[in-house]
Amino acid sequence: MTTQAPRFWRSIPQRYNLSGTHCKRCDEYFFPPRNLCPNCRRGAHLEEYTFKGTGSVVTFTTIYNATEEFEKLTPYNLAIIQLDEGPKVTGQVVSCPGGIKIGMRVRPVFRILGKEGDRGIIYYGTKFAPLVEPSCEDEKR
Amino acid sequence: MRSVSIIGVGCTKFGERWDVSLRDMIAEAGVLAIDDAEISGEQIDALYVGNMSGGRFVEQEHIGALIADCAGLSRLHVPSTRVEAACASGGLALRQGILAVASGYSDIVIAAGVEKMTDVSSGTAADALAAAADREWECFFGATFPALYAMMARLHMRRYGTTHDQMAAVAVKNHHHACYNPIAQYQMEISIDDVNHSPMVADPLHILDCSPISDGAAAVVLAPTEMAKKLSESPIKVAASAQASDTLALHDRRDLTTLDATVHAGRAAFVQAGIEPRMVDVAEVHDCFTIAEILAIEDLGFVEKGQGGQATEEGLTALGSSLPVNTSGGLKACGHPVGATGIKQAYEIALQLRGEAGRRQVDEAEVGLAHNVGGSGGTALVHIFTR
Repeated sequence: MTTQAPRFWRSIPQRYNLSGTHCKRCDEYFFPPRNLCPNCRRGAHLEEYTFKGTGSVVTFTTIYNATEEFEKLTPYNLAIIQLDEGPKVTGQVVSCPGGIKIGMRVRPVFRILGKEGDRGIIYYGTKFAPLVEPSCEDEKR
Repeated sequence: MRSVSIIGVGCTKFGERWDVSLRDMIAEAGVLAIDDAEISGEQIDALYVGNMSGGRFVEQEHIGALIADCAGLSRLHVPSTRVEAACASGGLALRQGILAVASGYSDIVIAAGVEKMTDVSSGTAADALAAAADREWECFFGATFPALYAMMARLHMRRYGTTHDQMAAVAVKNHHHACYNPIAQYQMEISIDDVNHSPMVADPLHILDCSPISDGAAAVVLAPTEMAKKLSESPIKVAASAQASDTLALHDRRDLTTLDATVHAGRAAFVQAGIEPRMVDVAEVHDCFTIAEILAIEDLGFVEKGQGGQATEEGLTALGSSLPVNTSGGLKACGHPVGATGIKQAYEIALQLRGEAGRRQVDEAEVGLAHNVGGSGGTALVHIFTR
């Protein structure tokens, strides 16, 4: 796990806002950002791209036995999510009392991901939640 | 390129070896292999050692020099190199040794592997192992190794109808094989029910779907085949050595139920050896989790994609069948000291091809295969051996 502030800070744009890259030449999207396109390599035309964050669950697990840092969270859901633009990411899926399913649509939510002890920095970043939550629907009515 | 053969093998007992250190184990395995080859220290041209994380497990790096020193070779100043590819470190050390001999740079080379994992808490060990995954984009979000393989298992179940009983059958078989292997960590039978009722680690994987944390070391002695014929009565020829890589993170893979690195290394190895998968008599594959053995036998071409679970359940990979897989007990029951595993696989295949595997001997084994994976599939090595 990251134990130094600079190491976390330099990934803030990606972790907070899902900022990645898009290769204009082959039209493939990458998250996290890549310095070299695996299709075009040095011939790539890469530009920054901020992902919408919506996507679908490709596969998932529920973790009962975690590393020390995540022990307090167990059991928690971890999934591989395919973002609507194409790339896949690994992330926790929260706020789904009805259970998690392959193919379930999800949206990004901003959450605490970890802490460096009681006095160190707090790591924030993206988790995922079901795209349609009954409580949200109720509020709209 | 010169043809290369194995002329000596050695392996320590695998398990929770609280009585011995990393240094004790590497010396023991090295001496066993050198004695088996009947060579002397002066004949050794180079050493290669696979070790994943001496730095995390025993706070010791510079393992190359350490093993030369422990092996009593420091005053001969034999060059010694440590290589690392996570759980495939041993297989990679074997390949580096083979390349050194094949190229003509070295004649007699020791390829070894060692890991001492039980001097730290299981939490620290789990975190050290998690470094084989993508620290920034998998582990940061709470991924563990069992979780990554659990996600492969979930999708395999969904796509191909694989059941948890079929995965459990891998563990049951490998524990059964380990009962016949005196170096195995778990020489005891288990049942499908035992696996299904063991604590859940990462759904659908239970604790008995997972390979253990282990201590152990193994070594093999390599020589040019021409020289090997004079030095050894039963040299084992390296018919193929192939390696492939893939993305570090599981989520970036083309297909989450195929290890493309295994597919590519396997195909290259079969071309080098000039054989078909069906001609293999005995195989050691990387069963770090039960689902991993199912994926391996599919990706190596032993069974059709999606049929690995059913094939295991029907006993096609058990001792006595047409293709016994993991006669040593595999990572699951023989144990998985990560740096040593790839060398232990070659040790087991060498014993099988020499007809020295005791009660787990495969009748008339002539062609053997070893398959070693790093991380969730970022590295794969496939070696094929013949009598």
